[in-house]
Amino acid sequence: MARHRQMQSYKTRSQGSAETLARGLGWFSLVLGAAELFGAKSMASWLGVERQEGLIRAYGAREVATGIGILSQRDPTAWVWGRVAGDALDLATLGNALRDRHAHHDRVALAFGAVAGVTVLDVVCANALTGQNAQPARRFDYSDRSGLPRPPNQMRGAARDFEVPRDMRIPDALRPYRQPQRIGRPQPSM
Amino acid sequence: MKALRWYGKGDIRCETVLDPQIEEPRDAIIKVTSCAICGSDLHLYDHFMPGMQKGDIMGHETMGEVVEIGSSIKNLKVGDRVVIPFTIICGECEQCRRGNFSVCERTNRNANLAAKVFGHTTAGLFGYTHLTGGYPGGQAEYLRVPYADTTHIKVPDGLRDEQLLFLSDIFPTGWQAAVQCDIEPTDTVAIWGAGPVGQMAIRSALLLGAKQVIVIDCVPERLSMAQAGGAIPIDFQEESVIERLNELTRGRGPEKCIDAVGLEAHVSMKHPDTVLDRAKQAVMLETDRPHVLREMMYVCRPAGVLSVPGVYGGLLDKIPFGAVMNKGLTIRTGQTHVNRWTDDLLRRIQEGQIDPSFVITHTVALEEGPQMYETFRDKKDGCIKVVLKPH
Repeated sequence: MARHRQMQSYKTRSQGSAETLARGLGWFSLVLGAAELFGAKSMASWLGVERQEGLIRAYGAREVATGIGILSQRDPTAWVWGRVAGDALDLATLGNALRDRHAHHDRVALAFGAVAGVTVLDVVCANALTGQNAQPARRFDYSDRSGLPRPPNQMRGAARDFEVPRDMRIPDALRPYRQPQRIGRPQPSM
Repeated sequence: MKALRWYGKGDIRCETVLDPQIEEPRDAIIKVTSCAICGSDLHLYDHFMPGMQKGDIMGHETMGEVVEIGSSIKNLKVGDRVVIPFTIICGECEQCRRGNFSVCERTNRNANLAAKVFGHTTAGLFGYTHLTGGYPGGQAEYLRVPYADTTHIKVPDGLRDEQLLFLSDIFPTGWQAAVQCDIEPTDTVAIWGAGPVGQMAIRSALLLGAKQVIVIDCVPERLSMAQAGGAIPIDFQEESVIERLNELTRGRGPEKCIDAVGLEAHVSMKHPDTVLDRAKQAVMLETDRPHVLREMMYVCRPAGVLSVPGVYGGLLDKIPFGAVMNKGLTIRTGQTHVNRWTDDLLRRIQEGQIDPSFVITHTVALEEGPQMYETFRDKKDGCIKVVLKPH
């Protein structure tokens, strides 16, 4: 007999918020990635780093992949940490651009500030998701729940009295070779 | 009365609504004593099925007691204990007379809409989108049952609700999945998905005499329950499904394959097609994630049978139909013709051959339904099957 467990609702607000934030970051990744992929030339020109157009496009592809990863997984923790790593890469690249005398320093600084802000969000989200995952998972063992009155090997074929309806039978030609044919059925033409 | 209502993706609410009334002479009203959340309700919860409207009442696994009947009902009376099949059937159309109840030609109130989407109408279903009639579902205190003189399974006293409730859907669904494999004593039956339907399919395949039943899933507690029912477990996160199936069948592949997963296959980096499917779903380039279908078509033994009780809703990409054609596979699918099997299955429950209540892991009040949808979907707290008690 199945044991019935009474339970209470247990989801906390912070768990729900972290998941919502992760989904938001996933969509943000997709949008930013698409902008970097398809607007790399304009972006590079605006920042004054024209020679970095290919790199921006590559970062766009990374953002799109991360966005898909976050949105497609029930547990996006690893992908959000992936965003944090990507942020570090972005900050290092922008920091490097600040030393480039051809770059528009004011615009690069603005982009640096924006990425730093998003990095804070990413770290907060990744930490929250990691924290909820760190809670010890309870193990459930249902190996005593067969639903059968005797061990399975003794129940094998207990319903052989059931006759499969004609419209659900397989063609005789597909039945196992050399198996006794059922009464009234033609032998396979082999 | 209280009822669980759909408001959008991940948004189910327990609210007070008007009590149902008799609308047609063949109607009956039942007081719901038990109802359950089905795996296919999760497709609505995740909003992968089109045709839901805000405020729709969920639920299609319901049983209870008749409290009111329409003027033309002769075979039911107030006080009768009934399980309500999820398919609403007229019992008179050509499909019903053939036993193809899930494609009843009369009970879908939105037959034109269904015909536009699927080519022809299918039966009306409780609580399962306006494509199938938009009938209020049974996760509520009371349920109006249309065509009640045919849409019911009368059940005796002396058995608990928990033993009988699953005659409404998952038990006959698992049973039909195995029956349409036409199992031979030499067959290996591989079943993808150890959720409630998969669990019923495992027991059904065993009882129908399969030599070997194999189950494929990744949730440890579900695999442990499957093993209890006589199945050999394969954890697809830990091992290669194709290699293990070939090992277990001496390289020949399983003769019969059952898809008890449907359109929301698990997304895993180990199976890149699932990630691509998920991405396509997100941008509406594909409606379903058919990883299980692809894998079944690939591993099934030539001249084998693919049985698909898992629900699919629309358009599927990258289906290896070349494998199906060249290996001469037979595909059998469809919503369950519930009433075709229930007399026989009720007898088996009464005789003690099986007790379907083994699958229940959570029993809660109706008000806790919204939280349980999330618990069930996320496979938290060891959740496999949730029963709701409205009263």
